[in-house]
Amino acid sequence: MRPFAYERPDDAAGAVATVTADPDAVFLAGGTNLVDHLRLGLATPGTLVDVTGLTSTEITDLPDGSLRVGAGVRNADLAADERVRTRYPALAQALLAGASGQLRNMATTGGNLLQRTRCVYFQDLTTPCNKRAPGSGCSALDGWARHHAVLGATHEPAGVACVATHPSDMAVALVALDAQVRVLGTDGERTVPIGDLHRLPGDDPSRDTVLAHGELITAVDLPPSPIAAHSTYRKVRDRASYAFALVSVAAALDVADDGTIRDARVALGGVAHRPWRATATEQSLVGAPATEDTFRAAARAELVDARPVESPRGGTAFKLPLVTATLLATLRDLTARTAATTTREDPA
Amino acid sequence: MTTASRPFVPRATGRPMTRPEGPQKVRGTAPYTVETPGTDALYLSPVQAGVARGRVTAIDTSAAEALDGVVAVLTHEDAPRLAREADADHGVLQSATIHQHGQYLAAVLATSSETAREAASLVTVDVVEEPHAAVLDEDSPEVYAPAALVVGATDDTRGDPETALADAEVVLRATYRTPMEHHQAMEPHATVARWEGERLVVHEATQAVSWTRQALAAAFGLEESSIEVISQHVGGGFGSKGGTHPNTVLTALAARVVPGRSVRYALTRQQTFDLVGYRPATVQHVALGADRDGRLTAITHDVVTQGSRIGEFVEPAAAFSRGMYAAEARRTTHRVVPLDIGAPTFMRAPGEAPGSFAGESAMDELAIELGIDPVELRVRNEPEVDPETGLPFSSRNLVACLRRGAERFGWAERDPAPRARLVDGWWHGTGVAAASFPVVRFPGSEATIRAVGGRDGDGDGPVGYAVEIAAAEIGQGARAALTAIAADALDVPVERIDLRIGDTAFGAAGPAGGSAGTTSWGATIVEAAERFRDKYGDDPDDGDEADASTPDNPWASDYAMHAYGAHFVEVAVHADTGEIRVPRMLGVFAAGRIVNPLTARSQFLGGMTWGLSAALHEESVLDDRFGHVVNRDLAGYHVATNADVGAVEVEWLDENDPYVNPMGTKGIGEIGIVGVAAAIANAAHHATGVRVRSLPITLDAFL
Repeated sequence: MRPFAYERPDDAAGAVATVTADPDAVFLAGGTNLVDHLRLGLATPGTLVDVTGLTSTEITDLPDGSLRVGAGVRNADLAADERVRTRYPALAQALLAGASGQLRNMATTGGNLLQRTRCVYFQDLTTPCNKRAPGSGCSALDGWARHHAVLGATHEPAGVACVATHPSDMAVALVALDAQVRVLGTDGERTVPIGDLHRLPGDDPSRDTVLAHGELITAVDLPPSPIAAHSTYRKVRDRASYAFALVSVAAALDVADDGTIRDARVALGGVAHRPWRATATEQSLVGAPATEDTFRAAARAELVDARPVESPRGGTAFKLPLVTATLLATLRDLTARTAATTTREDPA
Repeated sequence: MTTASRPFVPRATGRPMTRPEGPQKVRGTAPYTVETPGTDALYLSPVQAGVARGRVTAIDTSAAEALDGVVAVLTHEDAPRLAREADADHGVLQSATIHQHGQYLAAVLATSSETAREAASLVTVDVVEEPHAAVLDEDSPEVYAPAALVVGATDDTRGDPETALADAEVVLRATYRTPMEHHQAMEPHATVARWEGERLVVHEATQAVSWTRQALAAAFGLEESSIEVISQHVGGGFGSKGGTHPNTVLTALAARVVPGRSVRYALTRQQTFDLVGYRPATVQHVALGADRDGRLTAITHDVVTQGSRIGEFVEPAAAFSRGMYAAEARRTTHRVVPLDIGAPTFMRAPGEAPGSFAGESAMDELAIELGIDPVELRVRNEPEVDPETGLPFSSRNLVACLRRGAERFGWAERDPAPRARLVDGWWHGTGVAAASFPVVRFPGSEATIRAVGGRDGDGDGPVGYAVEIAAAEIGQGARAALTAIAADALDVPVERIDLRIGDTAFGAAGPAGGSAGTTSWGATIVEAAERFRDKYGDDPDDGDEADASTPDNPWASDYAMHAYGAHFVEVAVHADTGEIRVPRMLGVFAAGRIVNPLTARSQFLGGMTWGLSAALHEESVLDDRFGHVVNRDLAGYHVATNADVGAVEVEWLDENDPYVNPMGTKGIGEIGIVGVAAAIANAAHHATGVRVRSLPITLDAFL
């Protein structure tokens, strides 16, 4: 572990100024991902700028009906908030599907958005990785790629290839809910739609987001949305708890009395370098009857351009039927719930 | 050889007893190895190889040595020499040759762990890489037959199995695969070592202080009497803390250059995937021949396992099939593919765990083929005598376990049709599998019993007895079990027993391993108590002392001795996503006398949970391009979480076996695991109609 300086500026603006001025400085919030990276030698910052207490830890109602979540709000507190649970259930469910109780007590809203991929090759200094060491190659392409992408990845050329996925559950729900991210830079505050915050790897997989070095997330705004109250989050993973998503779905449906889908919000996790807004699925759903055939067609629409990792050591081809299956299960469940029937329980 | 002349009368034995060190553990005050206070302590951090095979051509330690707080950096060029007896795996920092990814190439000693780690990252190593092999290919030209298994022969053939298979009315042939697995004890391996002149004192997280002492004596060319190994609390071992690994040798070697100072080294979680053993992957070919009534005429079980060029351990997976069922013709074989990877080792139920997945899955497949209930098929093939040795069984209650389990589980109502029960979007099914585990007794433990405190006021014996034996408490409950056994052997209340364990100062002792701790140490304590009472009666003087070493079992060559069990499980598989859950597990065991019902329930339940974890989760992903495990932390290497475990029911049958040892114990540490993965695979087939022959069973199998 490389020695580092530790600073606690007086306010958020001071933190932003400090990090912006120092290419070797990084923000520290809950530390649930960064501290691991320090131990692994993956992150070697010269200065840690602790923003604990510098951004809001409050969840507040705004005059326009939005809910503002301070960047310092802990994941556990956000999941437990009554307004979140009733107005944005997918968000509460996504938070509770992530990590463990201990981690959720530490992890912050801003930090959760900025956590990095858990690709095993990214985390292993002895293997090539274009995200960690640009130009060195992508070990996952022919490696153990069970948790990797099927959408929006860069498969070639070799020097920029990246098939990593974003690990956050919370972010997937926020994307489906059209959250707005408030960002503070040296020139003041700006708002970034959550769907634009995370990047696809393109030709520079080292960059996860559109944020400039030194920009600090101060809050996340959840817009008022009647459909959000009928949202849900479904996470499919290799064990029942404490595992990253193989595929997850955040979805909200508005179904008319005649069974026609009036409106839909769908985002996918575990399938791309960023939380994936399933716009083709949404377009396919709206105006169609809420039936299994519609749901399958909607899944197909999103997967038209899918490209799994075809690795001899375990690729992601299985995620194509899994995306369809998970969407199907989620949308069927949402439709049934909208019709106010009973919910199913996991038999375990 | 002597045997107890007094009958062992269970008074404390068989009654619930909480662990004596429990309050300390709950309060966090029980000192684990790395917390041992040191003398002027230094922290060790290693430099590890990033390639699987090659040679070090240069090491530059100057940047590391320049850091404040760094006391020494050892490399193969300047590290003290080890004795010739140190084998390749233990020959740490002795040559430039790289045998495996993650091998220790240098060690930094510094005044803080952070500084040591930083310094280690500053050491630059030039390496010439050589081609390596790391993939388990059963067709490899290098496949070899090992000289022997740890217990038993490499191959065993009775009759003419191929002819019997050719003649059989029904034949089931299938290939099963189990993955590389890592033990992942909660406490990582840890050592605190200090040299006092030519004397070495080591605090070690180990399942066997004696074995650690033996290995260090060999590595350093010392008499065992020059080494003391101490281990009071161990946070799980599961076999990986049985043998001694390079980390222990490295720590003692590094301590040699700083005489009088303690050197402390606890592995990082990532390092526990490199150098402290694993369960090797297996490919298992099973063939069963039977007549239409389900009587087995032939059993073959041929195993190929992952091996290492620097240390042989053969996963004895086919040995499971040697004693389970009657059949005239039988063959079991083991082959190894040598690879440029770290050495495998014992892991909980070595052999039986992967072997039972193959054997008990095959029995289920055969039952379906024959249209015979899988419980009934097993009962029909119950052997009269041990099929391997021809010896009678000291006791064998497998059928009783199957019958009792079937009754409690409600097996009689089971419809055998697969993919027939869809409840709320989940396919449900049930499965059964049988289990066995041998009764093992390790020789060579030594116990001392000493009267302490003089006669008390009422003339009713001494105040207490010190009972000393270098047993290991690895969380399995040895302190409680041995205290109860000692109390009964001395015919005094447990309050009179002061049990002292975990220190080679108390002599040699067998390991906490092979489900044999209670049996080996207990038999030794009973023997010492016998001698004590022969010598001093029940009214001794302060300081009266007797000792004994582990007695041989006079019945060892007359009877086959095993514990048995039966698992019944319910599985649910999501009809859309293939997610698999295990809402109910029932294990019924016949494992001799149960010394402590609290421990036993916990051991069986923990074993069954381990089995579930192996069935659904555990897999070390060895990327053969690099030669190391890439899912190298507890986020990547999955073990079952609480949410994965549903109702787990444990029951044991009263079993009185007079031949195993004076206490009548058989060992309970591992049998809970055996057969669970097969029961789950069988239930998953019943639920979905999909037969999974490769572990772990993940959702993609059902998509």
